[in-house]
Amino acid sequence: MSNTTQLLRFITAGSVDDGKSTLIGRLLHDSKSIFEDQYSAISKTSEKRGMTAVDLSLLTDGLQAEREQGITIDVAYRYFATPRRKFIIGDTPGHEQYTRNMVTAASTANLVVILIDARRGVLVQTRRHTYLASLVGVPHIVLAVNKMDMVDYSQARFDEIVTEYKAFAAQLNLRDITCIPLSALVGDMVVDRGEQLNWYQGPTLMEKLESVEIDHDVNTTDFRFPVQWVCRPQTEEYHDFRGFMGRIEAGEVSVGDEITVLPSGRSSKVKEIVTLDGNLQTAFAPQSITITLNDEIDISRGDMFVKADAMPTVAKEFGAMMCWLSETPLDKNRKYLVKHTTRTAKCLFSSVDYRVDVNTLEQHTNPSVNMNDIVRVAMKVQQPLAFDHYKRNRASGSFIVIDEASNNTVAAGMIV
Amino acid sequence: MSNHTFTHLDALESESIHIMREVAAECKNPALLFSGGKDSIVMLRLAEKAFRPAKFPFPLVHIDTEHNFPEVIATRDKLAADLGERLIVRSLEDSIRRGTIVIKNPDLPRNPFQSVTLLETIAEFGFDACMGGARRDEEKARAKERIFSFRDEFGQWDPKNQRPELWDIYNTRVHNGENIRVFPISNWTEMDIWQYIGREKLYIPSIYYAHQREVIRRGNSVIPVSDLVQPKPGEKVEVLSVRFRTVGDVTCTAPVESTASNVEEIIAETATTRITERGATRMDDQTSDASMELRKKEGYF
Repeated sequence: MSNTTQLLRFITAGSVDDGKSTLIGRLLHDSKSIFEDQYSAISKTSEKRGMTAVDLSLLTDGLQAEREQGITIDVAYRYFATPRRKFIIGDTPGHEQYTRNMVTAASTANLVVILIDARRGVLVQTRRHTYLASLVGVPHIVLAVNKMDMVDYSQARFDEIVTEYKAFAAQLNLRDITCIPLSALVGDMVVDRGEQLNWYQGPTLMEKLESVEIDHDVNTTDFRFPVQWVCRPQTEEYHDFRGFMGRIEAGEVSVGDEITVLPSGRSSKVKEIVTLDGNLQTAFAPQSITITLNDEIDISRGDMFVKADAMPTVAKEFGAMMCWLSETPLDKNRKYLVKHTTRTAKCLFSSVDYRVDVNTLEQHTNPSVNMNDIVRVAMKVQQPLAFDHYKRNRASGSFIVIDEASNNTVAAGMIV
Repeated sequence: MSNHTFTHLDALESESIHIMREVAAECKNPALLFSGGKDSIVMLRLAEKAFRPAKFPFPLVHIDTEHNFPEVIATRDKLAADLGERLIVRSLEDSIRRGTIVIKNPDLPRNPFQSVTLLETIAEFGFDACMGGARRDEEKARAKERIFSFRDEFGQWDPKNQRPELWDIYNTRVHNGENIRVFPISNWTEMDIWQYIGREKLYIPSIYYAHQREVIRRGNSVIPVSDLVQPKPGEKVEVLSVRFRTVGDVTCTAPVESTASNVEEIIAETATTRITERGATRMDDQTSDASMELRKKEGYF
């Protein structure tokens, strides 16, 4: 791995039965990302359990607390690298909390690998995973048709599954789907091509992960800069310095650009783009930078810099799709907090329009809202927010809901 | 966008800066834990990137076991002084004198007791957030921990009651008396750390580079001879070329045999090593499959 490799975040969706842990184990093993001490630990455990081969799924085995209490913690992160890319895997367990777990892991992912057992084909859970990936706007989808060794590596079976899947996915407006036949157990088409799938001409899973184009996964056109922190050194050398620190969430900005500060609507020009490594002429998402302006205007954390040619909506009311994460159901009579970019404001739910059945995509009106539910809501906030449609801009279209009494994060929202 | 090269190190750096600024903006009284080890030296550079030209909006804090390598303590003091930042040091010895830590043998590893002094220091200064340089690739308990990791009044981590963490929107809210541990370099690996040290030309303690050292072989490990570790009868002292991959308690941190004398050579070795960082160097994590998980529940980082 060199200093010029890119970072790709992906998640795997599927149950233990689909061979998800085996697939992750295979990726780590065949890319030589498993260390000897880890390998010897799982070899010993495999032997203890009377297995003849090393069970690669043990690599993703859980914590003592999980084993003892039969629970699963929502997301574990794993890391590996090849000479071309560094990878972060968000590994989510299956089971009943799956919706919440998958939404959490998918929120930062560039790509999702949806696993199918070739013998069983497209199942209810396949539809659920695909719907959730589209809801959270994961830019790239890989359909991994696993256990091809169990169907005699049949091209006809693979084609049948792909046809059915694509018909379903067409309803969901997904822009990049790649279907790969593989066997995680044997190792075909994961890292190595193997000998059995010569009729398949596409990339192996690893080739896809290494080559998928991710530069445009962030919005590169609409400049969005939420102010995180106002820097006033108040030293002799930097007596008049007022820097606005934050991360560019979308688009880019250059010295001399006219920017508008929201929600106040005041304008100024970018004087400098400051970093520890020297001033920049241009900066782009997702760089963390410091901006100084030509004019002294009142700006604080929670404000957003944008450009006049690509304005977000500024409003106190909006609609959203929301995933409820908490064991305590939504109480429509209560006020909650919404955290959107760097602004936190009180909010209330003016209506809960419907709940989506994640298995059938049917809408149920007037629902109660419990953990794992996906609902369409209308919200009111105490202060105006500068936001975009989530599909246009993940960073300025997403928010979390916090229960002020418990301080817990109770929901994740996507503005529609 | 296509004419910019935004590498994995750039992505990790920007994420860490963003996290540190969220802590500064949303927490009332944060601190940055700084030991003089390589991960915390990376944290210090990230804090410079996040807050210069101003001073850090938090002090540096070190919980000193008094079982540290002298080169590491010297680096700690030098870097804090060079940056002109405030360094608070609290020692396990203070807790031992107060009677809040009772140890049978002063020469035994002290990592298990660090959490006591850390919690006392948090109470003394009223810190509501402590940033640390832990990484998720270090250990499987860490792999499942959040970037913003909520702790109760006893400083305990409850793995099954963690707040969901979505996008880059962090929930920093705590009630009085509770606090959060924040891990801005959660997503960095050992390799990323070394590449960043190389790219940023960071000063690190000399013991990270290969040097001649007196060691004793015990089991699969090579143990450095020190005031606290002397050969037992029948053990032979050897002089080997070694370097440290981690620097912790001198009684339980083992070096690895190496001739890598600069960052490039260390990166080359890291790329080909077949043993995890903690597996190679931390005897205290080898005692049981869940050692780290248990220590975290007690308030350890």
